[in-house]
Amino acid sequence: MNAFKQPLVLVVDDYEAGRELCAEYLEFRGYAVITAVDGAEALEKARRLLPDAILMDLSLPEMDGWEATRLLREDRTTRDIKIIALTAHALDTERQRALDAGCDELVTKPIIPKELERVVRDHLGLESAPDEG
Amino acid sequence: MEAVRFDDAKHHRVGKPEARLALVDALLECGDPGDCAAAVLDWLCRHSGVCRGLCLMIDPDVDELRGIAAIGIDEPNATVAVANLHERTHPLVIALESREPVLFSPADEGDRYPPTPLGATPFLAAPLASISASERSAFGLLLVTMHDDRATGEADERLLGWAADALGVRLAALGYARARNSEQRLQREANRLKGVIEAVTDPILLTDSDGRILVSNSGAEHLLTVDPEAGEGRRRAVSLNNMLFSASLFTNVEQGEATRRELLLADPVDGQDLLFELLTSPFPLTRGDVGTVSVLRDVNDLSRATQEIEENYRRLRTAEAEIRAERDRLDVILSSELDPIVVTDWGGNIVLMNPPAERLFTVPETTRSRQADLRVRSNDAVFTSFASDIYAGRSLRWKKDLSLIDPETGRQIPMKAVSAKTRAKPGKDAAVVTILHDQSEAVEKTRLYEKVKHHSQELEQRVREATRELAEQNELLRRQALQLEQASAMKSQFLANVSHELRTPLHAVVGYTSLLLEGVSGELTPKQREKLSRVDSNASHLLAIIDDLLDLARIESGKMPVRTETFRIADVFREVRSESESLIDGSGLEVRFDAGEGIAPIVSDRKKVKQILLNLLSNALKFTPAGHVRIEAVHDPDAGRVRIAVADTGIGISPENQQTIFEAFGQSETIFTVKQNGTGLGLSICRRLAEVLDGEITLDSELGVGSTFTLVLPVRAEEP
Repeated sequence: MNAFKQPLVLVVDDYEAGRELCAEYLEFRGYAVITAVDGAEALEKARRLLPDAILMDLSLPEMDGWEATRLLREDRTTRDIKIIALTAHALDTERQRALDAGCDELVTKPIIPKELERVVRDHLGLESAPDEG
Repeated sequence: MEAVRFDDAKHHRVGKPEARLALVDALLECGDPGDCAAAVLDWLCRHSGVCRGLCLMIDPDVDELRGIAAIGIDEPNATVAVANLHERTHPLVIALESREPVLFSPADEGDRYPPTPLGATPFLAAPLASISASERSAFGLLLVTMHDDRATGEADERLLGWAADALGVRLAALGYARARNSEQRLQREANRLKGVIEAVTDPILLTDSDGRILVSNSGAEHLLTVDPEAGEGRRRAVSLNNMLFSASLFTNVEQGEATRRELLLADPVDGQDLLFELLTSPFPLTRGDVGTVSVLRDVNDLSRATQEIEENYRRLRTAEAEIRAERDRLDVILSSELDPIVVTDWGGNIVLMNPPAERLFTVPETTRSRQADLRVRSNDAVFTSFASDIYAGRSLRWKKDLSLIDPETGRQIPMKAVSAKTRAKPGKDAAVVTILHDQSEAVEKTRLYEKVKHHSQELEQRVREATRELAEQNELLRRQALQLEQASAMKSQFLANVSHELRTPLHAVVGYTSLLLEGVSGELTPKQREKLSRVDSNASHLLAIIDDLLDLARIESGKMPVRTETFRIADVFREVRSESESLIDGSGLEVRFDAGEGIAPIVSDRKKVKQILLNLLSNALKFTPAGHVRIEAVHDPDAGRVRIAVADTGIGISPENQQTIFEAFGQSETIFTVKQNGTGLGLSICRRLAEVLDGEITLDSELGVGSTFTLVLPVRAEEP
């Protein structure tokens, strides 16, 4: 948690609508949000800005979400970041791959923003959303 | 010396007394019979008309008349035998029996008797005999022939008679008479008899009534007499033999006739028992005494001989039986109906045939035809050619394939001829036995075998081809299966991708709708809120369809994972009720869960069971305008199954719809229009999920009354 007590969430999604939706709602609820459009960018931003949590889409260009997650987990500085996979994939094999790569949670699209915020909040150990705090 | 007596009455007229006196003087001076006879012949020549004369005497050793003196005849011929005494009809033999001189004319006798040394001229024969009354039998003859110019007169006969008498008396006086002759003969005959009985190996002996041995041969002497110097054992054996023989003889003599009985004696030399058959017959002796002739036949040899004969007889019988058996065997072989057998002699002629052979080599009586005749001749020619080969060949056995013809039917018969020479005597061929074996069957078999082989090869070829085709088909199928698998995988991948691609924008739709409804972008008017709710509802529906499609795809591709665990149905019921609460509340129906207290935990995929029940319940609620819905679990221990029935009092399903309701997108339009919330895939997915869990879903429904869907599950599902 950073000094401003505002949790920093990295939203990674190559699909703009999905990315913007998440970012907009989480900012509305008081989170600090940064975004990335592919795995490589996500990895770079996560290493540089060390977000509290990452909402990670899995099917991404450049580097996919599974690979990015795996690399983040290998790095000592990024290893403790909460990573919540957010995917439109519904097949069990893909879900299991995400957990194996090191994701803390897997959320299937579509999900309404309010519920998504609750998942993030739970993982960050917050009693309420930052805007309510 | 006996005095010479003269019969004066008979002789006083013969010659002059002085001449007669001179002859008597001459006779008395002679001591030799030949000289006496010569003196008498000389006197006759001088005092009568006798020109040739001959004196014959009986030679007792050979019973012949032999000359002892002659006159007027060549000396060498004089002593030649002239007659055999056994020729009873011989003129000289007859003359011997006569008392007076007899005249004979050899010419009258023809060739019946050989001529005397006197030639063929008639002669006078006067017997020479002693004149004593008791033994008046002639022992010689005096033969004389008169001068050719003188006829034989009575005076001559008388003078000859007197001279013969004088010679007879003198010869008798000299001892050359019949009496002495008989003694010699007796002795000779005794010797002969002795020789005869000695020649007999069996002991023979003559005993008198007191048992004394009068005559015996060496066989008898060996048993019954002993040298006093001999050993003790031998003397005792002989003594014992004498006792046994005498006792046996006494018994036989009592019976007074010829008898035979067994007698056991001991061999004095080695003490061995000797068994004899004693043959006795009475034998008259002098002075009224009756002796006994005994013959001891060696039965030891006889019994051995008997045994040998019996043994030989037995062998003969055995051999006979063997020969008979052999003969029977041969008969069996020859009369066999199977193979023709022909026996040919050394000359190649058929000497014996059995009936099958007769059918080949003789014209059948019943069908006496020219054709049959030709066929028989053909067979004969073939066989003769074969037979000549055998005779030419040196080997004892011969084999050849012959082609004969059935005389009756004309059928060609391939025959295998096997011949063997038999040998009656070593090194000499006697006959040839030929057995003909019908090869028709074998040939037919070979043909059939070839046929079968051909078919078999053809079949094999076909099988090979079929196998190759099959292999090609298999390869094709394998490729197709691979392609299908790939296609299936691609389909699944496609569905997964489609799902992903649909969800991504749907996520945005649902998210932004939710964002707006939450007032993130400011407060909404009631109308705006109402329309946004519509968007939200439809987005949810779309999502449900997408989820169901994905489920179907997973089931169909066999990729629906089954995770079994042990759970209680009551727990599942609670979760279903909880998750369906809004629906239940919204329906306004009475919904009752009954999990039955006694139902034990089952082993199955809990999530799928719940999914099915949620689906069935939602359907029941959707299609039941009024009334109630009951969810009830029943354990069927016999079948090892659990039945969970979801029964409603809804609109029911028509029989025709009951058939199609479980098909994908089978939900009828009518139903769809009543409530817009169905995807049409729910029941289809439920049934397939049930099948994945080794269970099933059955339907019992009546239009306007209600429907009961029953999920039947095994109490213990198998691990996939």
